[in-house]
Amino acid sequence: MSDAPPRTPTDWSGERMQRRIARRYRAERRFRLLGLAAIALSAAFLLVLLGSMLTRGIGGFTETRIALPLDLAAAKLAVDPARLKGRGADLALADAGLEEAVDAAANAAWPTLGGAALLSDGAWLRVRGAVEADPTLLVRRATVEVPVASAIDIACKGDGTPEAEAIVRALGDQLSRGFNRDFLTAADSTDPTRVGIWGALKGSLMTMFVTIALAFPVGVLAALYLEEYAPRNRWTDLIEVSINNLAAVPSIIFGLLGLAVFLGTFGLPRSAAIVGGLTLALMTMPVIVIAGRNAIRAVPPSIRDAALGVGASPVQVVFHHVLPLALPGILTGTIIGVARALGETAPLLLIGMRAFIAAPPDRLTDPATVLPVQVFLWSDEVNRGFVEKTSAAIVVLLVLLLAMNGIAIYLRNRFETRW
Amino acid sequence: MSPLTLLFLIFALGTVGWLTARARAVRFRLATPGRFSSLPGHHAAFAALCTVAPALLFVLAWRFVSPALVTDAVLATPAASALPSPGFERAAILSEARNLAHGHAYGAFHALSPTLAPFYAAAQKRHDLIAAAIALLLALGGGSFAFLRVTPRFSARTQVERLVMGLLLAASLIAILTTMGIVASLLIESARFFRIVPVTDFLLGTHWSPQVIDPRDPGASLGAVPLFWGTFFIGAVIAMIVAVPFGLMSAIYLTQYARPATRRWMKPMLEILAGVPTIVYGYFAALTVAPAVRNLGVSLGIASASSESALAAGLVMGVMIIPFVSSLADDSLAAVPAAMRDGSLALGATPSETIRRVLLPAALPGVVGGVLLAISRAIGETMIVVMAASGVATLTLNPFASTTTVTKQIVDLLTGEAEFDSAKTLAAFALGLTLFVVTLLFNIVALMIVKRYREAYE
Repeated sequence: MSDAPPRTPTDWSGERMQRRIARRYRAERRFRLLGLAAIALSAAFLLVLLGSMLTRGIGGFTETRIALPLDLAAAKLAVDPARLKGRGADLALADAGLEEAVDAAANAAWPTLGGAALLSDGAWLRVRGAVEADPTLLVRRATVEVPVASAIDIACKGDGTPEAEAIVRALGDQLSRGFNRDFLTAADSTDPTRVGIWGALKGSLMTMFVTIALAFPVGVLAALYLEEYAPRNRWTDLIEVSINNLAAVPSIIFGLLGLAVFLGTFGLPRSAAIVGGLTLALMTMPVIVIAGRNAIRAVPPSIRDAALGVGASPVQVVFHHVLPLALPGILTGTIIGVARALGETAPLLLIGMRAFIAAPPDRLTDPATVLPVQVFLWSDEVNRGFVEKTSAAIVVLLVLLLAMNGIAIYLRNRFETRW
Repeated sequence: MSPLTLLFLIFALGTVGWLTARARAVRFRLATPGRFSSLPGHHAAFAALCTVAPALLFVLAWRFVSPALVTDAVLATPAASALPSPGFERAAILSEARNLAHGHAYGAFHALSPTLAPFYAAAQKRHDLIAAAIALLLALGGGSFAFLRVTPRFSARTQVERLVMGLLLAASLIAILTTMGIVASLLIESARFFRIVPVTDFLLGTHWSPQVIDPRDPGASLGAVPLFWGTFFIGAVIAMIVAVPFGLMSAIYLTQYARPATRRWMKPMLEILAGVPTIVYGYFAALTVAPAVRNLGVSLGIASASSESALAAGLVMGVMIIPFVSSLADDSLAAVPAAMRDGSLALGATPSETIRRVLLPAALPGVVGGVLLAISRAIGETMIVVMAASGVATLTLNPFASTTTVTKQIVDLLTGEAEFDSAKTLAAFALGLTLFVVTLLFNIVALMIVKRYREAYE
């Protein structure tokens, strides 16, 4: 018995309702656009980031060369032609005073523009290489293309000081651009025209070797144990909790651990690839365990039941059937974990891998540096020539990481089975 | 005999053990009919393990024992009677003689060292030979023991599998060891720090300048409150103001609006954003964003605008966290039962109304948990702040002013040229402990929220 008046049906075609619907649809479009804008802005940031690294980095792969007129016959270098063959050649030419001869040639060619100061510190090494390739250079006049000093190089690439710009204009077409092969083969140096990333790249590869050799087997075995055999008890819970926590611990904490335990307690050498690898292995292992457990869990129980049914032992079931089926998933997780370790900087700074390393490391205990740390060191340099080298090193790092992620995605698509 | 040759010989013996045991097992399998508990491979693996494992364990143990034995042997020689009484000089001479004998050094400071060196070399050689003989005997003994047990009734499989299980358990215990290592190393070093600096000074002090530490009152310049504030300001405020709306909106767009074809290339793009190393973000922040932010601040009339501002570091950090927030929000949106969404749409709500009034409230605990995880990642992030934030600790609300963070200070304190035991380096461990505890708490709370909410719908 209510006194409420009878409700009139909503008039959807009425003006008020139409306005309301239009308003709601406008809100809908706005919301949708907001979502699209969020994605678009993220994409724009990514493009700006990659674009700025690429445009700046491309310069780092090139060098400016100058045609240096040489007359080594006049310089009378006392070099025994027999020593020019084989391994003694470098030493023989250095002893004979090639560096001074090259400087003298530059002083003679451009007396007003700065002479030898125009050339990179490594210019005479280029001449040495040319002489070793063609010993007749010692007895005739020739021009050799050598890299120029950093200031001129920057000016040539359009970002130099007014004085350097003036020199570049005066030199005109004696200057040329070319691919800087030394950048891919040399190690760190104090002169930006002589630096290379091979030292850091080799350090990175050695560190990653240690990381993979330790983290992959341990991670896979731990994942197998937790997923296939572990009894449900307090110890297993403790293991699971600590693995999940380790995956979320900030990377710099692992650096503190490495500093206190590997360097402090075990007395391993500072800034060595083996310590970096150990530290990063501890960081990567939880990632591999978590990825591995997901991959193992995805293998259907029917496989295990069938194997047990025909008489396989629990160990045989896992190592003959479950592990091979789960391996693509585990590998994908491993590659992603290792890619993260490859780009990691902070823990390595703490264990001392920020030293100036002028020669690529040969052993795991040699002082080494890695690509991201090299980027960090170069970004701190005052000399402006290092700006493009930093970006170029970043480009190398990104290409490496993209390749690894690409392999991971390929593995996932190629081998992953949907049950 | 060099260690490498010894290892090679041990492994060669192991291979021989493998092959012979396998051959024997194959033979009796062919000769006797019936069923066996172990495959030839099991017998082979058992034999190889029995050959290699004891010998390797002995070689490992010998590495720790032998230097003392060699030194004792040298001390027993008549030449050693000329040595001074035990003390620093004696140890120095002995270590010089050892280096000479091993060819690590070519000259010696003490006149006595070269005379001792030949004895050292001889003793070392003798002990190496003894070690090699014992190791090879162990290998042979173990191998023959295993070979004799290769019979149809011996269950080699059980033995081998027991060992495999032990290996698996050991691998998973490494995780616990690592956690314990982290906790122990942080606690021990922090305890040493707090013996010098009172806990209250560190946690409540508002003045941080580790460059000048007054030895009479080190706590006065090691008050970490400005660092905690800077970390919170950059990581939990500025970065989240960027990351949460952007991450949430991209997740909503990707899950609710985007067509599958669009989704297929947008999601990898976000993954690329997540895969870019932090050093690259840091370089970008320092080189491009920081000057731009400074210019913006100056043009807004803020005279104190710094080129190492909290805003620059926080903005870039926020962008770095976007994919993380997005993927977690994605998960919690996907966990909302489809019936709720369908019901709302069926009542005539537009998709955006459904998202705002139904999906988001239902997914809120998951989203909050995700944001907490994101904050825990942001405050532990190092390279962006190392490169873009300042080293000067200030308590300020001004985002254009220079601010520092805990992680930045850890790096600064430990990469200087200070001795390892000073209050300055130990402070880094105390900061690390704080960071560890706080991120751990954030993670635990976040996981609790996420878990409880998952159970609500299952």
